[in-house]
Formats: sequence, structure tokens, C-alpha cells
Amino acid sequence: MQRRLVSGLLLAPAGVWFAVMLVLPLCFVLVFSLGERGAAGGYVPAFTLEQYANLPARGQAFLNTLILAPMGTLLALVIAYPLAYFLALEVGPKWRTTLLILVIVPFWTSILIRSYAWIFILGGQGLPALLEWMGFGAPRLINTRFAVLTGIVYGYLPLMVLPIYVSLERLDKRLLEASADLGAPPFRSFLQVVLPLSLPGVATGCMLVFILLMGEFLIPAMLGGGKVFFIGNALVDLFLQSRNWAFGAAVAVTLVAIMLVTVTFYLVLMRRLGGTRGNVELI
Amino acid sequence: MRLYALAVFAFLYLPIAIIALFSFNAGRHASQFSGFSTQWYGKALSNPFVMEALWNSLIVAFASALIASVFGTMAALALQGMRGRVRAIADALIYIAVMVPGIVIGIATLIALVTVFGWINPLLALLGPEGGAPQLGMGHGTLIAAHALFSMALVILILRARLEGMDRTLIEASADLYASPAATFRQVTLPMIFPGILAGFLLSFTFSFDDFIIAFFVAGSETTLPIYVFSSIRRGVTPEINAIGTMVLAASLVLLVAAQLILRRGTRSGGRDAA
Repeated sequence: MQRRLVSGLLLAPAGVWFAVMLVLPLCFVLVFSLGERGAAGGYVPAFTLEQYANLPARGQAFLNTLILAPMGTLLALVIAYPLAYFLALEVGPKWRTTLLILVIVPFWTSILIRSYAWIFILGGQGLPALLEWMGFGAPRLINTRFAVLTGIVYGYLPLMVLPIYVSLERLDKRLLEASADLGAPPFRSFLQVVLPLSLPGVATGCMLVFILLMGEFLIPAMLGGGKVFFIGNALVDLFLQSRNWAFGAAVAVTLVAIMLVTVTFYLVLMRRLGGTRGNVELI
Repeated sequence: MRLYALAVFAFLYLPIAIIALFSFNAGRHASQFSGFSTQWYGKALSNPFVMEALWNSLIVAFASALIASVFGTMAALALQGMRGRVRAIADALIYIAVMVPGIVIGIATLIALVTVFGWINPLLALLGPEGGAPQLGMGHGTLIAAHALFSMALVILILRARLEGMDRTLIEASADLYASPAATFRQVTLPMIFPGILAGFLLSFTFSFDDFIIAFFVAGSETTLPIYVFSSIRRGVTPEINAIGTMVLAASLVLLVAAQLILRRGTRSGGRDAA
């Protein structure tokens, strides 16, 4: 009895915090998404699905996000996999920790400043000027899909490397020896042993990167220059400029719904793959 | 393979290095380096807007990290070994807090707090002195509360991994030797989880200090450093931003490496730190 009381008291502050700052706000979004827009912006209580019917008005933002987020995820996967393989199977334990920290650290540093670095590099004074000087002409790089994808891969690469690394590191190295002893060339061992066993890590990495990309605002805002905009950019516009809160709330609910579908799909896939949900070290 | 890894690490670190290099550029232009100078650091540090934003960011980061560390630690201890409905609800809430994108959290917090304050403020005006009643609004307080939420989830996740990896026999031994639960906590549990708490505090501080999107919605008219940088980038790229960016990156690098070293030293062999 006393134990339960202590547990309750210990949980109370965090419980109140989560109720007021998480559950309550999310309920508000749900309620607002069923409301109507006030004459001067803001929100008027109502019970209608009008806002959801109106979603195609921001169809372009959804389309951009649903095209560029999977592309960015795939690109990150292609670049991350060999690095994760290298870290897990080819680096000695002495260097491994250092290199892992080097992968994790950028993820926790300001994505704002790191995206800004690409504005600096891809902007007119940066790489294009250098290319022109070298006689290649001056291509426009900033405010393009290319710039946004570069920023995405740059920003989310660590998140893709880590889960794949974890799944490869846990792989039983004796399986590789067995495969080699049975005469399989290295590439065949990779395809038939390493790759299937790393699929849970690949799925986790793709899921994490994809759902974070769905809510991305900064990278398209900074590197897409208003031309390549995501759902996140539509949300900022709806809440801070057009002040259409009811419609914005509907967009936000739809965004979370897409993420939930993704996570559910991921969980089903993981059960199929039979992998244990590997804990990913992001910290 | 080695060359490939080197190329990826270059991709990860070169842009940061370029920003740092050009923050020491004497000239204004990004494309050419025209001599070494620290003048942009001087300019940035004597700009009152930058200093105010920096001060705001530091206050918010410190306060939210402190709240998150204390309440998060308490919650993690309570959840340790707990099963059943409470545990399931707590797990769900923690994952929601981590997984729902910052932009949705920012929007949700904004509309919820603005609406609730809209209900409370007239009451405060009635109760308080004529014309001088305190009014609730968006600002430091709301931003600290919003950042503390995410950080609390983070602290709980870090500590949970620590507590699971902890050797239970030590606690049993302590109880067998007639130590009171409080003494066991102070002399056995706390020393073992303290690195986790410290790392959680540092990561929470870094998260809050670097966060743009939640602050963008929740900070009201207050300016944090990321908000200042974002709005000045819209007005154009200047060497001053390079200097501010370099300082921000340097500060987070120091905090992060410290957090990593603290987490990876000592009792790491047991469990994996999960998040």
C-alpha cells in the first residue's frame, strides 16, 4: 500500500505535465479540426467535416511531402547502409565508439544551423560561383528539389545509420564464416546472410526517417525557398499567416494519421520479418 | 570501404567546418576568404538583439532541462518494474511525446494554451485589482513547459534503460543488510543512475537550446536564438550568422560529447540505452 502511494507521488508531476502539455493540446487539435474558421481568422466552434473535405486545397503540400519524403528516405538508406556495414563489421572495437559518436553528434546539433550551412554552400556565392570559376557555368542549386533532398539526407543520415548498425552488429559473425566455408563468394554471403538479417534495422531506420520527414518544416523552408514546400510549411502558413486554425488543425490531424498508418505498417512488417524490435541508440 | 566512410564523414562535417571557417573571414563575401578576423564574433556579441535572444534561450534551456530531469527521474523510478495499465498508458504517452512531430506539438500547444488562457484571463481580471490583474500569455513560461515535456520523455527513456541494466542484486543486498529504502536509494540506486540523469539533463538542454519549431509557435513575442537566426537568414546570409552558428555548434558539441562520455563510461555493459 505504501509502495503504491510512493509510486503515485513520484509519477504525479510528470503525469500532470503530460496531461496538460500533451493530451490536452492534442485533444484541442482534434476538436478544432471539426470547427469552422472565424470571420477574422481563428476558430469558431462547430461540428463539421468541412475542413477535411477542403484538404485538397493544400494537395500540393501533401503531394510534395509524399514524393520527397520517401525519396529522401531512400537516398539516406542507400548512403547509410554501406557506412553502417563498415562500422559494424570492418572497424575494430577501438575506433568503433569514436566513429559512432561522430555519427550521432550531428543529429543532436542544431538542424537550423546545419541547414543554413547548405544555404551558404549552395547559394549564389558558394558552389555555383566556384563552378563558374572552374568553367562549368553557374547552375542554380538553392531553392530546388535537389537542395531540399541534400538537406534531408544531410539532416537525417545519422538516424538511418544507427538502427542498421545495431542490426548488423548483433549479427552472429559465425554465420559469415559458415557461409564462406560452404564456398559462397563474399557478395553471395552478403545477399543471402547479411542483408536479410539486417532488414529489421533497415525497416526501423526508414520508418524513423520517414515519419520525421513528414513533419519537416525547416529544411524545405530554408533550402526550398517557398518553391518546394512540405505539409509543415503549409501548417506554419495556416497558423501564423492566414490564421485559419480550423483548417490547419485538420491538416495537422491528417499528418498525424499518415504517421500512424506508417507506424502500424512498420509494426506489421516487423512481425513478418520476425526481428526483435531492436533498441536504437540515439543517445 | 574506408574511403567511402571517409567521404560520408566529410559530407557530415564539411558543411559545419565551412561555416566555422568563414566565420573568421575578414571580408563579407562567402565565396572568397579574404583574411583572418574575429570581427564578426565581436559584432555578434555586441548586438543587443543577439544577446537578448541568447539569454532567453539559456534561461529556457536551463529551466526546462532542470524540470525534465527532476520529474523525469521521479517518473522513471516509479515506472521501474511496474506492469499493468498505468505502465501501458505511460509508455504510450512517452512514445507519443517523442514521435509526434515538433510542428504538431507546437501548434497543439499554441491553440490549447491560447484558448485556455482566453477562459482564465477574464476570471483573473475579475479577481485581481482593477486594471492591474496578472494576465497569462505565451512567453517564457509556456516555452519552458513545452520543452520540458519532450525532455521529460527523453530523460525517462534514458533512465529506464539504465534502471533495466542495473544489477538488482545490489539493491537486494542493501535491503538484506537492513538499509532502509531511503538509504538504499541514496547509497545504491542514485549513484548508479546519476550519470544517466546528468546525460539526460545535458541532452535536454541541447534539445531546448537548438529547438526552433516548437519555440516558433509557443514563444509568443519572445525571441530565442534559433528564432533570431531563422529570421535573420530570411533577410540574407551574413558573416555574423556564421559566427553565431559556429558558437551554437561549438556549445552543443561540447555538451553532447560530455553526455556521450558520461553515458558510455561505467555501467554500460548491462543494458543498451534505448530511445
